[in-house]
Amino acid sequence: MTEIRSSATQPAGTGAAPARSDAQPVVEISGAGKIFGSGPTAVHALQGIDLSIRAREFVSLIGPSGCGKSTLLRLIGDLIPASIGSVKVNGKPARQARMGREYGIVFQAPVLFEWRTIDRNVELPLEISGRPAAERRERALEMLRLVELEEFAKKYPWQLSGGMQQRVAIARALVIDPKLLLMDEPFGALDEMTRERMNSELMSIWRRTHTTVVFVTHSIPEAVFLSTRVVVMSARPGRVTSVIDVDLPQPRTFETRESERYFELVTAVREALHQRDLDAPGARESNGDAARIRAEGYA
Amino acid sequence: MTTAQPAAPAGPALVGPWASRLREALPSVAVFVGVLLAWEFSLRILGVQQFLLPRPSVILAAMVDQQADLSRGAVYTATEALGGLVIGSFLGICAAFATARWVSAREALLPVAIVANSIPIIALAPITNIWFGSDNPMSRMAIVAVMVFFPLMINTTRGLVEVDPAALELMDANAASTWQVIRKVRVPNALPFVFTAFKVATTISVIGAVVGEYFGGPQYALGVYITSEAYVFRYMNAWAAILIASAMGIIFYLAVSGLERLLLPWHSSRRQPAG
Repeated sequence: MTEIRSSATQPAGTGAAPARSDAQPVVEISGAGKIFGSGPTAVHALQGIDLSIRAREFVSLIGPSGCGKSTLLRLIGDLIPASIGSVKVNGKPARQARMGREYGIVFQAPVLFEWRTIDRNVELPLEISGRPAAERRERALEMLRLVELEEFAKKYPWQLSGGMQQRVAIARALVIDPKLLLMDEPFGALDEMTRERMNSELMSIWRRTHTTVVFVTHSIPEAVFLSTRVVVMSARPGRVTSVIDVDLPQPRTFETRESERYFELVTAVREALHQRDLDAPGARESNGDAARIRAEGYA
Repeated sequence: MTTAQPAAPAGPALVGPWASRLREALPSVAVFVGVLLAWEFSLRILGVQQFLLPRPSVILAAMVDQQADLSRGAVYTATEALGGLVIGSFLGICAAFATARWVSAREALLPVAIVANSIPIIALAPITNIWFGSDNPMSRMAIVAVMVFFPLMINTTRGLVEVDPAALELMDANAASTWQVIRKVRVPNALPFVFTAFKVATTISVIGAVVGEYFGGPQYALGVYITSEAYVFRYMNAWAAILIASAMGIIFYLAVSGLERLLLPWHSSRRQPAG
C-alpha cells in the first residue's frame, strides 16, 4: 500500500518510472465463477474462468451481451464477490486490492458528479484516500493535461461533450497512478468517429502511463486496435472460449487500422466469436475449460 | 471618449448580472402591475361595493393608515412561520437521514409519513392552543413545524436514496467509507430535492401561521387581525393584512430561491444554452 502511495507522487509515464515486478501477474483468476440467485432460478453468469494478466498488458474482454464480461471486470474490481474460485490483483485477494485502492475504473457512463467542477471530479479518488489538497490539485491538473483538457478544469461536467466527459473519467481513474485500469465499455455510448479518436488517445495515454488495462467491449475493431490480447467470451454460462494474441506493432496509429494483419486479426476475433470451435489463425483454446463445460451440458 | 468601455456596468444599457436578472423579472412585474391596474379600474367602472372587493388604492391607503399594527403583526406572524419552518425542516431532514441510513427505519417510517402528510394538520390548531396557550407563538410554530416536516422528510429521503448506482460503484471502487459516500454523493445529490421541498415549505409556513392565528393569538397577529377587522366590516384593513401575508410568502420563497442559486450553481435550472 505504501509503495502505491509513494508512486502516486511520481510523474506518470516518465522513463524513470519505478520498475515494477513484471514476474507477478497483475490479475490472476483461477476457477472463478459467479452465480446470481439460487435454486432453480439461479443464473450462472460466469463459470470456470482462468485468466492471468501480466503487467503492461492491454487485455480486452469481448463477447455477446450476457456473456458476463462486465461481471468478470467487477470480480477483478471486487465490486461483486466471486461465488467460487479465486481472483487476485497484484498478488492479493481482490478485496484487499480494492481496499488498498490499487486500481482505477472507468464505466460506460462518465459518472461525473454534476456538482463538482472538472478538476474537483478528477481529485475525488485522492480526496477519498485523504491526500493533502495541494497534492490533489497538482495531480488533477497533471491528469487533465494528460487527457488534454486542462483548460476545462473549472467547468462543470454539463459544459463538456460526451467524449470529453469520458476523458475526464479516464483522468480521474488514473489520478491515483494505479497499476491496473479497469474499463467497462468506456466508449460504448460514443459515435464511431469519436470512438476511434478516443481509441487513439487511450493508446497514447497507455503508452505514457505503463498501466495494465482490462477493457470490456463489444466492438471487434476496438478490441483488436487496442489490445495486446483479446479474450473472447460466450454466454450462458459466461466463459472464456478463446484468447487471441494481437501482435500488431506498437505504437498503434491510424495506419494500424489499415494494415493487413489488423484485418486478419479482426477476422480471427470475429470467427472466434461466431464459431467457437473454429481454430482461427492466432487463436488458441484457452485451457480446455470451455470444452469441459460444454461437455457437461450447460444449456 | 474612445477609451470608454462599451459595456460600462453603470451605463443605461441592460447588461451585467443584475440587469439580466432584472430583464428576466420584467415580464412578471409587467403582469403584476397590469393586474393591479385592471383590478383598480374595472372595480371603478363596474361600481363593485367596497366590502366585496376593495380597490388596490384603498387597500394601500389602509396599509399606510394601519402601518403600526400591521408591521407589528407581520413581524409576529413571520417569526411564527420562520420558527416553525426551521424546527419542522430540521426534524424532517434528521428523519430523512435516519430513514435513508437504515432500511428498517425507512420501511417503518415512510408509509406513516406519507399517510400523515394527507392529514389536514391545520385542524390541530385549536388543540395546540390548549397545549401551548393561544398567546404563545409556539402554538403556531408547532403547526407549521408539523406541516413542513413531511415534505422536507419525503423529498430529502428521495434525494439521499435515489443516487446513480454507478456513482456508488465508483465510491466502492475507491474504497470510500459510508460517511464519505454520504458526504460526497448522497448529500450533494439530495440538495436540489431539499430546495424543492423548502420552496413548498415556505408557502406552507405562512399559511400555517396565518390560519393557525384564526383560532387565537394576540390581537395584532395577522390572522387574528384579518378575522377581527373582517368581523367589524373594515374589509380594506383585512385585505391589507392579507396582502402583507402574501408578500411574506413571496419574500420567503425568493430568499430560498436566492440561496439555491448561491449554493447550487451547477444545477440544471441554471444552465444556459451552450455558446
